[in-house]
Amino acid sequence: MKTHVTTSINDETVEFLCEPQQTLLHVLRNELGLTGTKEGCGSGDCGACSVTVNDRLVCSCLVLAVEADGAKIGTIEGVANSDKLHVIQEKYLEHAALQCGICTPGLIVSTKALLEENPNPTEAEARYFLAGNLCRCTGYDKIIKAVMDSAESLRQGA
Amino acid sequence: MSEAKQFKYIGQRTIRPDGFDKVTGRANYGADLALPGMIWGKILRSPHAHAVITKLDTSKAEAHPDVLAIARFEDFPTVNAAAFAEGRQDSGLVDLASNILANKKVLYHGHALVALAARTEAAAAQALQLIDVEYEVLPPVMSIDAAISDDAAVLHEDMFTQGLAETPSIASNIASRMELKKGDVDAGFAQADVIVEREFSTPTVHQGYIEPHATTVRFDENGTSTIWCPTQGHFDVRASTARLLGMELGQLKVTASEIGGGFGGKTTVYLEPVAMILSRKAGRPVKMVMTREEVFRASGPASASQSRIKIGAKNDGTLVAMQASLYYEAGAFKGSPMGPGCMTVFTPYDVENMWVEGFDVVVNKAKVAAYRAPGAPQAEFAAEMVMNELAEQLAIDPIDFRLQNAAKEGTQTLYGPKLKAVGLVECLQAAKTSQQYQTALAEGEGRGVAAGFWFNIGGQSSVIINMNPDGTGTILEGSPDIGGSRASMQMMAAEELGIPLDRLSPIVTDTEHVAYNQTTGGSRTTFATGMAVVEACQDIVAQLKARAAAMWNVTSEQVEWQEGSAINLAGEDKMTLAEVCAVAEKTGGQISGRGNINARGAGPSFAVHLCDVQVDRDTGKTDVVRYTAIQDAGKAIHPGYVEGQYQGGAAQGIGWALNEEYVYDENGVMENAGFLDYRIPLASDLPSIDTIIVEVPNSFHPYGVRGVGETGIVPPLAAVGSAVSNAIGLPITDLPCSPPRVLKLLQEADQ
Amino acid sequence: MAEMIYQSPKSIEEAVNLLAASSGSVNILAGGTDLIIQMQASIDAPRVIIDVKKIAEMTQAELTDDGLLLGPSMCCAELTAREDIKALFPGLVESAYLIGSSQVQGRASVGGNLCNSSPAADTVPALIALNASCQILGPAGERTVKAEDFVTGVGSNCLAEDEFLRCIEIPRPAPNSADAYLRFIPRTEMDIAVAGAAVSLTVKEGICSSARVAIGAVAPTALLVPEAAACLVGTDLGTADLNAAAAAATAAATPITDRRGTVEFRKHIVGVLTKRAASIAFQRAKGN
Repeated sequence: MKTHVTTSINDETVEFLCEPQQTLLHVLRNELGLTGTKEGCGSGDCGACSVTVNDRLVCSCLVLAVEADGAKIGTIEGVANSDKLHVIQEKYLEHAALQCGICTPGLIVSTKALLEENPNPTEAEARYFLAGNLCRCTGYDKIIKAVMDSAESLRQGA
Repeated sequence: MSEAKQFKYIGQRTIRPDGFDKVTGRANYGADLALPGMIWGKILRSPHAHAVITKLDTSKAEAHPDVLAIARFEDFPTVNAAAFAEGRQDSGLVDLASNILANKKVLYHGHALVALAARTEAAAAQALQLIDVEYEVLPPVMSIDAAISDDAAVLHEDMFTQGLAETPSIASNIASRMELKKGDVDAGFAQADVIVEREFSTPTVHQGYIEPHATTVRFDENGTSTIWCPTQGHFDVRASTARLLGMELGQLKVTASEIGGGFGGKTTVYLEPVAMILSRKAGRPVKMVMTREEVFRASGPASASQSRIKIGAKNDGTLVAMQASLYYEAGAFKGSPMGPGCMTVFTPYDVENMWVEGFDVVVNKAKVAAYRAPGAPQAEFAAEMVMNELAEQLAIDPIDFRLQNAAKEGTQTLYGPKLKAVGLVECLQAAKTSQQYQTALAEGEGRGVAAGFWFNIGGQSSVIINMNPDGTGTILEGSPDIGGSRASMQMMAAEELGIPLDRLSPIVTDTEHVAYNQTTGGSRTTFATGMAVVEACQDIVAQLKARAAAMWNVTSEQVEWQEGSAINLAGEDKMTLAEVCAVAEKTGGQISGRGNINARGAGPSFAVHLCDVQVDRDTGKTDVVRYTAIQDAGKAIHPGYVEGQYQGGAAQGIGWALNEEYVYDENGVMENAGFLDYRIPLASDLPSIDTIIVEVPNSFHPYGVRGVGETGIVPPLAAVGSAVSNAIGLPITDLPCSPPRVLKLLQEADQ
Repeated sequence: MAEMIYQSPKSIEEAVNLLAASSGSVNILAGGTDLIIQMQASIDAPRVIIDVKKIAEMTQAELTDDGLLLGPSMCCAELTAREDIKALFPGLVESAYLIGSSQVQGRASVGGNLCNSSPAADTVPALIALNASCQILGPAGERTVKAEDFVTGVGSNCLAEDEFLRCIEIPRPAPNSADAYLRFIPRTEMDIAVAGAAVSLTVKEGICSSARVAIGAVAPTALLVPEAAACLVGTDLGTADLNAAAAAATAAATPITDRRGTVEFRKHIVGVLTKRAASIAFQRAKGN
């Protein structure tokens, strides 16, 4: 029996029907067409499905869609401001911090969460915070450079 | 050659043209496509590592109200019993088909048997439970030693080792043997003052791409069928699928979605032909997505290996002989990268006497697929470890030892060609003067050096560039972009045409819009597709000049193309590209350029890596403290993406050396089929990976480009292995150097 | 997966009633980082899921004179941001912080970690070392179980089908006390513990006056190791004392060999971690 869920996704009210056992990840991708959030493993080990729920960074593959009722969800689609990229997105491009790009949405959502919690992280703090976002292409070097540069830009009021 | 020129666009760190889509989540990857009426396909997989299928009854599943189609091996028209009866079967194609859907035997745990398509994913999963299968379980063969032993269970009754003086009459698990030699190793070793001989092993590892295999397929009886999938080579997906299903190339269109990593593992087909069969039978589009577990259990890992290396040198550091016996696991079907392993193992060295033999061995594991410089990491790991041990015995610095014997222009390789200009010496020199090498090691740290080589390939690329009346243009190319190559195509075209980057849109198009393009692999894309782009641009420039010449009433020879404009050498006139395009209608029609080539002259890329580690002697845990990757790019079109290749290869190699391995139980079942226990490096596991781009131009490419994608995974295995060995003062011969193994070595040494 | 029913009670009483009324397979949902994975893997999914995160007491933590009243379903990210709790119980907070990634931290909870009852659970040794008690509520009323008695086997615990964990109580430690938790994993993050050790101790005039040592991932359940603690009490944690404690931990460990470690490796490592955790706790306690 499907449940009717009313939630807010990227500051817009959204309604959907779902089975209780469906994850938020599946509903985002398969019911709502928000395919920016990716599935890399389905078990919370890779971070490609990272979203925020009530401003907390989580893996959407480990959240039931029904739990979104009355909650505030943030996905990659909401990071840019219409066509104006967020500083973090610009820095990822500037630093060539993506190669295939599949981990990039999850990393950008996670980077935003990191810098909102800790606007002045050390490199080690950034690496440990982002340890749950796997990247197989880049070796993380340029990602961390983009994160540190984003932090500085944001601190300067970008 | 353009090396002395100052480039306007090439060599810049431009923003990649596909970047906006990738950082906003708009880019569409393999699992992102939904079509109206779409149904879901799922696969039933073998619970046994080795068994004969004695019963396969799909009738109950077919009767499920939501199931619309079933696919089995018999549904491949070109390899089934009828084809066999007509003598039409091709063994490589049979192996491919049998891997995709098992034929009579299951040869690894997770081997696909049957697929079905149903209205929902849940219904498909339920219906799989209704398939009635019975097996006669056979002993699983899970290692090289087990496979080549006299009493081994044989995987294929028709496997008679190829490449021996006499083909045996008894079937075995050795598919083939290969031998390469030059000079006389026995004479060489007789001259040696020091000889080191060691055996090494490397485990089964996975390419580890974050995006699982996925496809959406629609069979269309009335027209062209379409496949959407993430792949490194959509033209080869078309070719394989067409061959398996008896379709003509023109009946099948393949669109390469964006691809979430491949590294060689997405150069074959698993789901696409199956989804095509299901779609044809159901009359609906079919989507299939592998779970992470399926990716590990049933998509090609990289070969486990065993190597025996023997190298001899004189006291003054001159190498006199190099010998190797290399065994590679192919997985369930023949075809490990044993050949490239044999060809690359000693190529960094200019030594007269070499002898190498290789063996391709089948075992009850998933059929291996390519993984970045396939075969080279395993073999060169072993060779480089021995080189370092020799250097230590000779009391020569490991970089100097390599400089003394380095391959260079004119070196005769073991596998045939003489090397043209290459950059190994330059890489070694850069390593020597690098910041890392100047940095003193702290207490308890160890340092490792290793070199690496990969051939790189050229091959076919086909590009069309269409110019618009306003002087903007579209570059239609057919090389799936796995690392930022669109940016490089845009830059090369901008440089050739002399117009700003943002006037040109590089698009990776489907199999209908450009002619055949070889797979993005072999480090060929910037080299070969780049060359095709350049040729297409030269075609456009020729046409632009001709149009201008006609308008000025001069000959084409009297028109020059400079910085984006046609210049009349016989007068004062000048027209920009945009101006010529604006009147194209009047001068003969729109302007398109073509570059369909088979690129020759790919330049090999050499690399040298430095690794410093700290080992916790109480736990055996290794911390990588410093890392530098130095590699010859010929000419770095986009330095940021070249560095990215070096860093990515290094990270994969570090994982391979430290913690990655397939763990099997006694029944041949993989126990760590997920990212929790298959441990790829995390952001917190790695230090900054410093890079040095060496540029020894490849004269066969208009800009001097060498492929760089693959070599970078070759040196890290020995760089890390030697570093650990130096940190603990004990030999390392088996990868991964995981904490339990290192601790065991330390504890055994203490006793 | 089979049909499922999701319920999210707003109060403790409602949760008790729902549990009592449900028949068949029921699971409490807190962060879901274990349960949701288990649901996906199983064809027989639980038929009733009771989400306790909307119950205020379940997700709050209160520090009183007597100690910490920890809502079992408070997410680790929130717990580890509590400087007041961290100051008193650094080892417990450390153990909670080690569970999974930042994303997992946003959902996983100490209560969930305990109730999932994995032999390798990170918070269980820390709770045992701190002498924590588990307040269990069911239709028959409330009962108290010590942390070391809560988990009864691999994946199983003392909760009856109609009971749930309502609160974890951790007594305020004596002055000049501190705890520490260490685990061994092959990478730097993300892995399940190969071995873990928690030590809580009190220092009087430079000498350890009392101690509790608990080890994890080296037996079907986490173990309180009084023999190891005895090696520390009355000493200043010199090398011989630490080695003795390590040997006692190694002797108490009964690990298995699996894809994460061998028997020999785990026995050795748990000894190393016991020494190191004890030293850290000792330094912290002296610094207090």
